[in-house]
Amino acid sequence: MMWWVLLFGSAAIFLLVLVLLVVGFYRPSGPATPEAEARRERIWIWGLGLGFSMTILAALTAYGLVVGERLLPRPGPEVVTVRAEASQWVWRFSYADVPGRTTEGVLHIPARRPIDVEITSTDVIHSFWAPRLAGKLDAIPGHVNVLRIEADNPGDYAGVSAEFNGRGYAGHRFTVRAHDKAEWDAFLQGEAR
Amino acid sequence: MNALRRHRELERIWSAQPGWRGKLTTVNNNDIGLMFLFTAVTFFVIAGILAMLIRAQLASPRSAFMGPDIYNQVFTMHGTIMMFLFAIPLFEGLTIYLLPKMLGTRDLAFPRLSAFGFWCYLFGGSMLIFALVAGIAPDSGWFLYPPLSSTLGSPGINPDFWLLGITFVEISAISAAVEIVATVLLYRAPGMSLDKLPIFAWYMLIVAVMILTAFPPLILGSILLELERAFGMPFFQAESGGDSLLWQHLFWLFGHPEVYIIFLPAAGVVSTVLPVMARTTLLGYGWIVAAAAALGVLSFGLWVHHMYATGIPHMGLAFFSAASTLVALPTGIQIFAWIGTIWKGRPEMHLPMLWILAFFATFVMGGLTGVMVAMVPFDWQSHDTYFVVAHFHYVLVGGFVFPMLAGLYYWLPNFTGRKRYFKLGETAFWLIVLGFHGTFLLLHWAGLLGMRRRIDFIEVGSGWELINLLASIGGFVMAIGFALVLIDVAVNAAVAGRGRRNPWRAGTLDWAMPSPSPSFNLASLPVIRSRYPLHDDPDLPLRIARGEGYLGTPPADGRREILMVEIASGRPKHLVIFPTNSALPIVMALVTGSFFVGMLIKAYWLIPLSLLGVTGLGIWWAWSLGSQEDQSPQDVGNGLALPLASHASEPPGWWGSLFLLLANGVFFGSLLFGYAFLWTVAPNWPPPSYLEPGITGPALALGGAVLTLVGIRMADRALQRGAGSLPGLLLSFAGLAALAAAGVTVLTGTAHNAHAYDATLWVVAGYVLLHLALAGLMKAFLALRVTAGYVSAQRIGEARIVRLWSDYAVGVALIGLAAAWLPGVLT
Repeated sequence: MMWWVLLFGSAAIFLLVLVLLVVGFYRPSGPATPEAEARRERIWIWGLGLGFSMTILAALTAYGLVVGERLLPRPGPEVVTVRAEASQWVWRFSYADVPGRTTEGVLHIPARRPIDVEITSTDVIHSFWAPRLAGKLDAIPGHVNVLRIEADNPGDYAGVSAEFNGRGYAGHRFTVRAHDKAEWDAFLQGEAR
Repeated sequence: MNALRRHRELERIWSAQPGWRGKLTTVNNNDIGLMFLFTAVTFFVIAGILAMLIRAQLASPRSAFMGPDIYNQVFTMHGTIMMFLFAIPLFEGLTIYLLPKMLGTRDLAFPRLSAFGFWCYLFGGSMLIFALVAGIAPDSGWFLYPPLSSTLGSPGINPDFWLLGITFVEISAISAAVEIVATVLLYRAPGMSLDKLPIFAWYMLIVAVMILTAFPPLILGSILLELERAFGMPFFQAESGGDSLLWQHLFWLFGHPEVYIIFLPAAGVVSTVLPVMARTTLLGYGWIVAAAAALGVLSFGLWVHHMYATGIPHMGLAFFSAASTLVALPTGIQIFAWIGTIWKGRPEMHLPMLWILAFFATFVMGGLTGVMVAMVPFDWQSHDTYFVVAHFHYVLVGGFVFPMLAGLYYWLPNFTGRKRYFKLGETAFWLIVLGFHGTFLLLHWAGLLGMRRRIDFIEVGSGWELINLLASIGGFVMAIGFALVLIDVAVNAAVAGRGRRNPWRAGTLDWAMPSPSPSFNLASLPVIRSRYPLHDDPDLPLRIARGEGYLGTPPADGRREILMVEIASGRPKHLVIFPTNSALPIVMALVTGSFFVGMLIKAYWLIPLSLLGVTGLGIWWAWSLGSQEDQSPQDVGNGLALPLASHASEPPGWWGSLFLLLANGVFFGSLLFGYAFLWTVAPNWPPPSYLEPGITGPALALGGAVLTLVGIRMADRALQRGAGSLPGLLLSFAGLAALAAAGVTVLTGTAHNAHAYDATLWVVAGYVLLHLALAGLMKAFLALRVTAGYVSAQRIGEARIVRLWSDYAVGVALIGLAAAWLPGVLT
């Protein structure tokens, strides 16, 4: 949704600039009097440069902030907390609800429930990115960043490391496996794969 | 004296020695500028070949062409060379060449410094190319994030080449920036007040100030990371109280302004070339200057937008997102002012104009995708994908390379003296523009499909194969276009027919000389009454050649004469005698290089030797200027007599020092920022124990500061009265020693590799001690100069320069020591 707004807005502005440029080539040159110069400054600088740009940018910034606000993690009773620990070149996951249980390369979550992923690193900087679930967030040694994700349906979602981390970077992947309620309960009992 | 004889005399005075020797010892801005341009283009070719290797690798899925070890070096070096060894030096070279001409003067403010900068650039860049050829080049990405680039992720020598080589190269950026600021402010044609500055000079003034404030954080970061790698000082290691985010902050404090540092010179070229192509004058001169300055200021508030995905607090993100979109406003003003200029005039379609149109189309698209990635939610998805790669190639190629090509073809007659005859350039234009969009328009799409940057292969079935194949084809078309440009320029420079003066009928002084430009630029310095002197008086070049301006009589003793003006009004104020050709700059650069090589190969015995060498050469450098007796005002022509600059209380060297200290102060400020950042954000704080200052240290520091400040002022008074300055100098020397003793207590009270806190204190104390030592050396030098008769009541400038540095040393010593002791006092 945001993408289409940005794309069409940009295309419109780009076309406007091109049209103005092309017209400039087919117009006779204007008079060089001081009054004409002042008029031009009113149109080009005040009108287009300041007025037009400012309107567009203000609208866009407000829009971005509103959308960003909706993506913020909010605390709730339903939230499941998991931990993602990145190393060169493997992801290890652990679960607040099942102490002692760790998985490698596969993160198990319940579907249709908000998940807080606590992301950190044991060596260099990595980034946790499951494109269909959320944006990316970095795994930084010594810090824990919390990312809110939610899977709408059970199934596997691809995840990758999205910050260059050395020679194994291209293959540094993981899977987020979303379970339905029954499967998730089984996982909590230590039964699921 | 007729024009031809004047030309010959001046050429004899200002030109380099003939042959190879001349290239090594020249300090002339025309030579240095062209050497910069030539070297930058060479690096561009190297980095372009690396780009083609990248495109070859990604043209097919699962390519076996390069493994990750080679590929990681290739993309890291492509970015590093393009940013540090091509883009910045290219516009520096263009500016060094053009600025004195546009300003109506004969050379840059500090000729030997330009030469020194060039050699540092060449040697530092060569270190990196050596690493590339030897297969041990940096391989952790051009922004070198630790811990990947530190001993943990890269135990080998690879990142050291980056940290040391780039720091060596940055000496040239800082020296060029000091040079540009001093030249624009002090060396102009008489009457050229600031409101008559050519627009390019305004842009470069702003860019130079930005370099002075943006590069120090990078240099600091490089030094800290190198100290961590070489001596285990844990600035970026979380377990010892360091934080890898500190590097990201320091790097992007540099890295974001850097984008505008690269764009603004190109915008300066557009603002210069576009009105000439449209046969009119620039619309909204004042607005454009204000917009460029606003861009310069705003760009420093944006560094965090490269770090959206690092877990910055939400409010911080909102602020930086708003600031990132705000920066589009001054850019918008400039774009519309340029379009308004086209509407105002009668545009003609020459090759430079074609390039400007390509700039418009490409740069506007890059700007719009820039606004997209400034939206935080969008950035979280596009960050570190090919969408971002495509975005910044649109901005950098569209916003820098295309305008520079416009500039190349616009000033080519000035470089070569020839009229372009072969029209390969037009073919090259279409190949480059179509090849470029063919490559990068598609790569936006690959990024949206989730293709990460820096992966060394793409998978079969990823859906990106065809996009990448087409992008690679586009890339090779573009490369052929660039090759054609080089051939076009070489052929036209070698064999095209002689052109006439001012072929574009431009109004600025860069066309007021014969082409190719003579070494002295202007045979005499004209009086300027408007922004377009050649439009006011088309015969001005002839009158300049006839010696009707100032300094039209070449002096018999062969000294290089130039006018220094009052900053705001441009009224002539002093006559300056410039240094002549010298091997000092290249020798100084070689000795400086031995320091970096010593660090690189861990031959630490070389370090004290290099420092000694640099000190000795520095003294020699400074000793060779000035005069041993008071001189009366000198005739500069047209009935005007001016005092020599060595008789000014604030000589050019004082101004140069001031701007250098600005950069130095930013460096020190960044260090304190890093200290505060680690203290508040880094994990594993507080350290096991804080340093207890006690009473002796602070007492020594305060007493020393008072003695130093008072002593140097006593010496100044004494010099003004003609009395002996030695008591005052000795007093201030004792003060420096007391301050240094206080600084040493910080070193002895901490262990450099224990905790990031201790390591930071070592760097703060080291910085303070270095500046105290420097002030001490300068005072010893001043005492010798006084004894040798170079300083008197009338020639007090050198004493004022020393006072400036001494005061700075006291200032940073007090602030630095207070910062080191404060935690111990508070807890």
